[in-house]
Parts: sequence; C-alpha cells; structure tokens
Amino acid sequence: MANSAKGFDVRKQWGFTTIAAVCFVLLYLPVVLLVVYSFNAGTSVAIWEGFSLQWYRSAWDNQQVQEATVRSLVLAFWASLIATSAAVLAALATTRVRPFKGYSTVFAAINQPLMVPEIVTAVALLILFAGIKVQTGYTGLGYLVLAHSAFCIPFAYLPIRARLQGMDLTLEQAASDLYASPFQVFRRITLPQLWPGILAGAMLAFVISLDDVVITEFVKSAGQDTLPTYMLGQLRRVVTPEVNAISTVLLAISVTMVIAFFFLSRVKK
Amino acid sequence: MSDLAQSREKQERRNRWLLLTPALVILLIAASGPLLITLTYSFLTPGDYGGVEWRFSTEAWFNVIFQRDIFDDTLGFADAHLSILWRSVKLSLMTTIGAVILGFPTAYFIATRPPHSRDIWMLLIMIPFWTNLLIRTFAVMELIRNEGTVNSLLIWSGVIDQPIQILFTETAIMIGMLYVYLPLMVLPLYASMERLDFNLVEAGYDLYATRFAVLRRIILPLVKPGLIAGSILVFVPSLGAYVTPRVMGGGKQLMLGNLIELQFGQGRNWPLGAALSITLLAIVMVALIFYVRSAGREEVGHG
Repeated sequence: MANSAKGFDVRKQWGFTTIAAVCFVLLYLPVVLLVVYSFNAGTSVAIWEGFSLQWYRSAWDNQQVQEATVRSLVLAFWASLIATSAAVLAALATTRVRPFKGYSTVFAAINQPLMVPEIVTAVALLILFAGIKVQTGYTGLGYLVLAHSAFCIPFAYLPIRARLQGMDLTLEQAASDLYASPFQVFRRITLPQLWPGILAGAMLAFVISLDDVVITEFVKSAGQDTLPTYMLGQLRRVVTPEVNAISTVLLAISVTMVIAFFFLSRVKK
Repeated sequence: MSDLAQSREKQERRNRWLLLTPALVILLIAASGPLLITLTYSFLTPGDYGGVEWRFSTEAWFNVIFQRDIFDDTLGFADAHLSILWRSVKLSLMTTIGAVILGFPTAYFIATRPPHSRDIWMLLIMIPFWTNLLIRTFAVMELIRNEGTVNSLLIWSGVIDQPIQILFTETAIMIGMLYVYLPLMVLPLYASMERLDFNLVEAGYDLYATRFAVLRRIILPLVKPGLIAGSILVFVPSLGAYVTPRVMGGGKQLMLGNLIELQFGQGRNWPLGAALSITLLAIVMVALIFYVRSAGREEVGHG
C-alpha cells in the first residue's frame, strides 16, 4: 500500500464526518426554526405567513410576561451575586493551598447540586420551605433567592477555581514581603488577576438561574412565576408564536453570555 | 519557632473555614439539609391533605414496589410504579445509546480538526447546552407536533396524508432527551479523543487493519474512559428528567420525575414521593460512584 504513507489520512473518516454534520444540523435546526417562527405574521408555529414583530409586541404588552421577566432578572441578579461572592471565598480557601483534612468533603459539598437530580432537590426544598412558610407566614422571593444561590454556587466556583489555579503565588508573596496587609494583597494583587474568572463564574451563575425551571416550579409561591415557569404553564394551552418570541429573547441573553464566557475563559492562555 | 509555625497553621485553618462558611451554610440550608428532611419524611405517615403526620411508618418504602389490594388485602407488585421505573431506565438507556451513535463520530470529527478551530467546534456543541432546557425541548416539540414542521413537510410532499403522531409518545421523550443531553456525551468523548495519538491509528492502517478493526482494537480502548464518562453524564440526567417527559410525554407517558411530582400534587402522598426521590437519588449515586471509580483509574478530566 504505497498510498498509506501520504495519500491516506486517518483524520478524514467520511462516514464520521457525515454523522458529525448531521449532528450539528440536528442541534441547531429546531432552535433556528423556533427563532424564525417568532417573526411569523400568522398564528402558527409551523406555517410561514410573512414577517412581523407582532408577537414580540404582544409579549411586551402582556402584563404577566412583564412581571415574570422582572422577577427572573431580579432573582438571577441576587442569586448570581450571592453565589459568586460565596464561591470566590470558597475558591480562595480550597485552591493554591496545601491539602487539608476534609478537602474532598468540602469539594463534594460544593458540587453537590451538580450531582443530585434537580427533581430530588426540588421536592426536598418544597418539603422544607412548605414547613417554613406555614411557620412564619413569609411567602416572598427569599426562598427562590436562597434555592437559586445554592445551585448556582458550583457553576460560579468551577471557573473561579480554574482561573485561580493558573495564577502563581509569587506576586502575592512579593507583596507580603513588602509589608502589604492580607487585605491589600487580595485587593491589589489577587482580585485584579482573578477578575476574569469571577466575571465568567457570575455570568454562568446568572444564566443558570435565569434558565431554571424545575426547582423554581416547586419552590415558588402562588403568583411567583419566572419566565421559564410561565412558559411551562403556557405549553398546556394552544401554542402561539408569542412563546417563540419570549424564547428567542431568553436564547439571545444566554447565547451572548455563553460566548462572552468562552472568550473570557480563553484569555488566560 | 515551632510555636510560631503552629500558631500560623492554626490561623490558616481558621481563615480557611471562615472563607468556606458562606458557601457551606447556603448549601447546607438549600441543598444537603433538605435531602435529610426528605429522607425523614419517607418514614412518616401521609397527611390527609398533603404534608405528613409525625407517625413512623415504612409504608411509603413498601409502596415503592408493592401494593396492597384494597379488597382482600393481598400483596402484589405496584405495576404502575414498576412500569414507570422500567420506562425511565429503558428510555435513559436508549437515549445514552443514541447519544453514543451521534456523539462519537462528532467528537472524532472535532478532535481531528486543526487545533485552533477545535475550540470553536466545541463552542458550537456547548452553546445549545447552556441555553434553556425548556426552550430546547419546546423547539423539538414544535418540530414533531402533528401540525409541526416535520409532519407539514411530509404531508406537503405527499409522502403521508395523515400526520404521524410522535408527540406524547415514548419516542418523543427519547428524541427530546437525546437532543438536550447530547452535548454531555460529546464533551468527555472529545476530551479523551483530543489526547488520542493518531499515529497509533495510522500504524494500525499501515499494518493492514480494516477500519472496523482499527476502531475496535485501537480507538475504542483508548477513548473508553471518555465513553464511560459520557454515558453516565447522559444517563444520570435522563433518569431524573422532569421537564422533557412532561412536555414531550404530555402527562401520558410518565417518568420517575413526574411520578415523584404527582405524589406532591394530586397524589397527596408526600412520604411516598420522598421515598421515590431517595430511590432515584440512590440509583444516580451508584452510577456516579461507578463513574468516579473508572474516571479515577484512567484519570479523565471533565467539566
């Protein structure tokens, strides 16, 4: 086989390439169609009747959608702020340190929300919060903020930790040698270097909170719909492109953040 | 001097736990703690209008698998539960197999691109994954509905004259789960294929191995850790899926997640719901321990 040395390339497996192409098309086709039909002039999500922004307008004018949007954003803001702050501290305590007793337990605890099925956490929180609601009478947004903060922690923690691992300690040591206080070292040396990681973690947490359905559905009190739970409720009725329009806006937010996250976490290399 | 070292170490330890406190407290209140309460609830008596009465009972655990006949008190298997459990396992397995069939060639394709473009291909895989699961499920639903794009196209082209009912079937749930969890297969498979030494593959061909032999004897053994990781990463969330079966199964084809929800809603049997949750958690933990073992041995990185 004279051609095996040069003419034959193991990197080109046409069968595999075809399936890969199919895979990419399948991944994007449904979402692309969803976006396309959000601009449909008709009421169908499958028959194109011309371009129109009417469904965006009707979603914008829908009071329930307005309230759910504000609630989703407020919730995602607080949850990502709390989760990221807690995650920064936790990452500082668990990265670039000598191995300590209980490290693997701590690591497992932080990542627990990634391992436990969401439905299990959701009913567990339902049980806990139902009790507290009866005892205290408080039915505010606090439950959702707490629940979201908890499951956002690992998503904020992992990118921050990854960033921290790539930073060496020499600058911090130099600062300490020059009599900087621990807080000054953190503020002037660690924080500026860690910043892209923090931002990446916060964005991931924000997206995760914004997209959550299951836990929100079980924890929310009456009239506390977020955008995803509002949409889940709408799916039981006749689907109009209004749901597509809301989806498209949510998709746009997520995709923007994920791409920003990608480039933020690539900068370190 | 050793005193100084000791006190410094003590301070270091105190600082560490102070830094960890906020995260651990939040997680204890809203993640680990509630699981313990759930476990407790599974051993209590259901209240008449939901909730529980604080009387110890193993009835809920018993009811996970068995049921008592209401008339003559004879024992039988709880067919409804077992068939839902079986459906959950079956659909999760089929989803995993489907994800391997689609994901393996895709990971191979990405791993064989020039290094600088691989990140972009992986980004293309990950973008759908990080977007809303409900929206993606909803996108597939619009596609396969009776009035959806697939059926409309088939009718328009004259292949069929009645829409094929896909939505609200087990197939629909599987398609939905395959669609939403596929990236979880590609990610670890790609991680192990990226490190695959393609000279070995080339050597195999040079020695007159067939394509299949190269795949089976060279590629598969080397990417096995990634394959196991991917399979578990797809199987685990499929088994606990709630949104996808609810949307694609339309409340007719329940999976374990929906059965659990039912106990807290119309079923009004919180202890049974708690027992079913713990059962699901136990299955998932077994799968994860298996994963950690095999990952630890081969040292595959993910996430």
